[in-house]
Amino acid sequence: MSPATSTRPKVALFATCYNDTVWPGTPIATVKVLERLGCEVVFPEAQTCCGQIFTNTGYADEAIPLVRGFVDTFGGYDYVVAPSGSCVGAIREQHHDLAERAGDAALVRRVDTVVPKVYDISEFIIDVLGVTDVGAYFPHRVTFHPTCHSIRVAHVGDRPQRLLQSVRGLTFVELPQATECCGFGGTFSVKNPDVSISMASDKARHVRETGAEVLVAGDNMCLMNIGGVLRRQRAGVRIMHLAEILASTEEDPA
Amino acid sequence: MSAKAEILARVRAAVTDLTAPLGARGETPWVDQAAASPAETIELFVENVIDYKAQVVRVGPDGVGGAIRDALTAYGASSVVVPSGLDPAWVSALGDGVRIVADEGLGSLDLDAIDSVITASAVSIATTGTIVLDHGPDQGRRALSLVPDVHVCVVHASQVVHDVPEAVFRLHPQEGMPRPLTWISGPSATSDIELDRVEGVHGPRTLHVILIEA
Amino acid sequence: MTAEPLTEPTAGPLQATSPTFVGMPKFPYAARTALGNTQQRRNLAHATGVIRAKRAKVVAEIDRWEELRQAGADAKDELLGHMAAYLEQLETNLTKGGATVHWARDAAEANRIVVDLVKGTGATEVVKVKSMATQEIELNEALEAEGINAWETDLAELIVQFGHDRPSHILVPAIHRNRSEIREIFRKEMGLVGRPAPDDLTDEPKRLAEAARLHLREKFMRATVAISGANFAVAETGSLVVVESEGNGRMCLTLPDTLISVVGIEKVLPTWQDLGTFMQLLPRSSTGERMNPYTSIWSGVHEGDGPQNVHVVLIDNGRTHVLADPVGREALRCIRCSACLNTCPVYERTGGHAYGSVYPGPIGAILNPQLRGTASDVDKSLPFASTLCGACFEACPMRIDIPKLLVHLRAKVVDAKGRNTVEGRAMAAGAWAFGDAKRLARLQKASTLGGKILGNRQLPALPGAIGQWLSIRDIPELPAQTFRQWWADRERKGGAS
Ligand code: SF4
Repeated sequence: MSPATSTRPKVALFATCYNDTVWPGTPIATVKVLERLGCEVVFPEAQTCCGQIFTNTGYADEAIPLVRGFVDTFGGYDYVVAPSGSCVGAIREQHHDLAERAGDAALVRRVDTVVPKVYDISEFIIDVLGVTDVGAYFPHRVTFHPTCHSIRVAHVGDRPQRLLQSVRGLTFVELPQATECCGFGGTFSVKNPDVSISMASDKARHVRETGAEVLVAGDNMCLMNIGGVLRRQRAGVRIMHLAEILASTEEDPA
Repeated sequence: MSAKAEILARVRAAVTDLTAPLGARGETPWVDQAAASPAETIELFVENVIDYKAQVVRVGPDGVGGAIRDALTAYGASSVVVPSGLDPAWVSALGDGVRIVADEGLGSLDLDAIDSVITASAVSIATTGTIVLDHGPDQGRRALSLVPDVHVCVVHASQVVHDVPEAVFRLHPQEGMPRPLTWISGPSATSDIELDRVEGVHGPRTLHVILIEA
Repeated sequence: MTAEPLTEPTAGPLQATSPTFVGMPKFPYAARTALGNTQQRRNLAHATGVIRAKRAKVVAEIDRWEELRQAGADAKDELLGHMAAYLEQLETNLTKGGATVHWARDAAEANRIVVDLVKGTGATEVVKVKSMATQEIELNEALEAEGINAWETDLAELIVQFGHDRPSHILVPAIHRNRSEIREIFRKEMGLVGRPAPDDLTDEPKRLAEAARLHLREKFMRATVAISGANFAVAETGSLVVVESEGNGRMCLTLPDTLISVVGIEKVLPTWQDLGTFMQLLPRSSTGERMNPYTSIWSGVHEGDGPQNVHVVLIDNGRTHVLADPVGREALRCIRCSACLNTCPVYERTGGHAYGSVYPGPIGAILNPQLRGTASDVDKSLPFASTLCGACFEACPMRIDIPKLLVHLRAKVVDAKGRNTVEGRAMAAGAWAFGDAKRLARLQKASTLGGKILGNRQLPALPGAIGQWLSIRDIPELPAQTFRQWWADRERKGGAS
């Protein structure tokens, strides 16, 4: 395996607040894959959160300092990579508007320079490193849920599926009605619990219909939602982030 | 303040943050699909009209009268209303079995008692299978092609354009005497019951298109 | 060119909530009831499934769909930026064509204008073409209060009217009803107001449509006044456009002597050629057809053809309030195609009634709180009635960024409510925690510790929202170590291998 780029790209990892706290396995896997592909990975420790939870709940003012923190932390890097289509989408779609809301022209300019350097892991591997076969091995039956924010906000397209389909040993099964939302929606699942439950149950049913052992997605929040239902149903389906599959090898299986 | 003055004042006050001058977008954009060839445009038109469950018969310039006779016979129409400016040759082949009614002072109920109508048309659109009437003398007023249950509509191949923007362009209302337009795409239909399409509600339940090709 | 100083936009008055929807509960409560309506759930899932597939197929036929969407959005933005000029142009051209133009600041004024016009003709009944604007102002109720019968003639509206029900969808108002329910409604109600349904009526859609044809034909033949809305009003030519399927529109627009069209001021298109764009966008997005069966276009009075007494009522009713919001105004681009409803997973489950307005679904969630403000329970809750999944934006032919507008309106709701709430305090605490990475790291330590204490996370039932959440889902185990800790450990041990 050698990356398409000749110099060793330096990547600033944006772990995202919830992965850092609840699912460290995902950013750890991200580090492993990127290093395996020849990147130098750094973790700027001043990072916290993209602010999406605040913005999407109506607390835009609370999100503004986080936008400032984000550009302060990541402004100096060429590549910022996050294992989350949702957070990448929020940075792309919301940071500019938040900076404008703050009435801070300098912040707007800084946001506009940082944003194009932020990638979801699937985008970075395919578009920047030019790789689809990352040298992973995962001999299991897998289905994939393309999360709403990764496909409709971050626009990662079918990159995750292409990466998965290049994993040795992996059997890929299409998820019925894959692009339909799982019903998580951040605080939606709390404010509108009944509709959310209805959507999550349908998503879980579609996952079970595939007969897959593992459900993969690019966003752990959605996986928590669907996986929570699957687990309560004792469905015997494991949930994993895309990065964890890509990190898996014969020597170091996930 | 009058309602008009007040609404206009509100409208103006609402957009004081916008600076683009009137008409800043320039020419109205024209987004359409290109035609591969005139022949393909005609084929596409026919295909799309048939897709709407309308009948299409293709004839040469001399075949219209016969095609109209055959159509009315097939639908069992015993009466037909004709617009004043219709080409007389088109109804010349009709036999005694069909009563030809001129549009002279007919009320809605009179029209409702007539089985069919024959009209020409103004413009047709291939990508959508649409026929547009501009209700000129060879098409008659709007009620004529609405109330009778069978509409036989004659389209000349030269009237078929490829896509919607060109049709709209050709139909630009004339200064001083704009015409009403009726765009027809297949027979009347509804999808109001479980999204199942049913052909035939209030408008003519049968649309029969006669396409004249040179 | 002299640079004029820009001023902050000022908003027109809000729309008064119509009597039907006063006191509507918050969306989540109405949604819970709707979710339990099994018949409706099945009907909606079927219908939205059918229409989504149809739409996807005909949209895919157009390579330049994205350009079309942009052209549509640009046309409406041109209008919104210069609405006064285009409205005046429209009025001038309509008047030149022989129509009479009326202006109405709100629903009450619009209703009064229409009622007076109808009374002036001496008619005691009117036939109606499906129109969102007249539903919005509750014109039927206003007419009935004056002893004038208003007959809906669109099949679905007829089903709703006969069912003493409310529309639940913009385009297919009876989408929540299935064929057997419709048969029952027709059998019970048709005979009360005209030609009864045939005795042997089955639930075949064809037979049901036939029954409606026969019942309504009487009404069309004798009607002297018709009331319509308009899908488009072309400023350049003074032309009104009604897009329909069944031919009931043509009947109403053609046979009576008097035609009164109630048109929202945002329905205007600047130029005639704009129809070349909109007549591609609308049918494909709404019914999933290349073209709807019938479109009628008229420009005032046409001598010897159709109504000779033509009126147009232009209504504001809250629209200028929406127009003044620089972010929210793009909602006024809406052409009521209903693609956003059909594609919305929330709408698919709850149906339209839970939205507490004639505008349901995603467009309702952004339009109602802007037209009516966010004082009521339902309007406060609507911006939150979405997962922000973005399916609506993707489907919207007018490129209305519905998720962005929802987020914008959420901020307005929060700003209006203030931050001294349970949620507000939690958000402030969260923002404080995230405000500094070292602080966050300390808090994370506590949470991983908590993870150990709570063991396997099979929590007992908890009250409130979190309890609801957990009632169906297990939650993940918290890790022994955060990523931050893992990274620090690794750095200490010498970094990457
Ligand atoms: S918001 Fe867009 S998709 Fe929804 S009804 Fe309006 S135009 Fe159609």
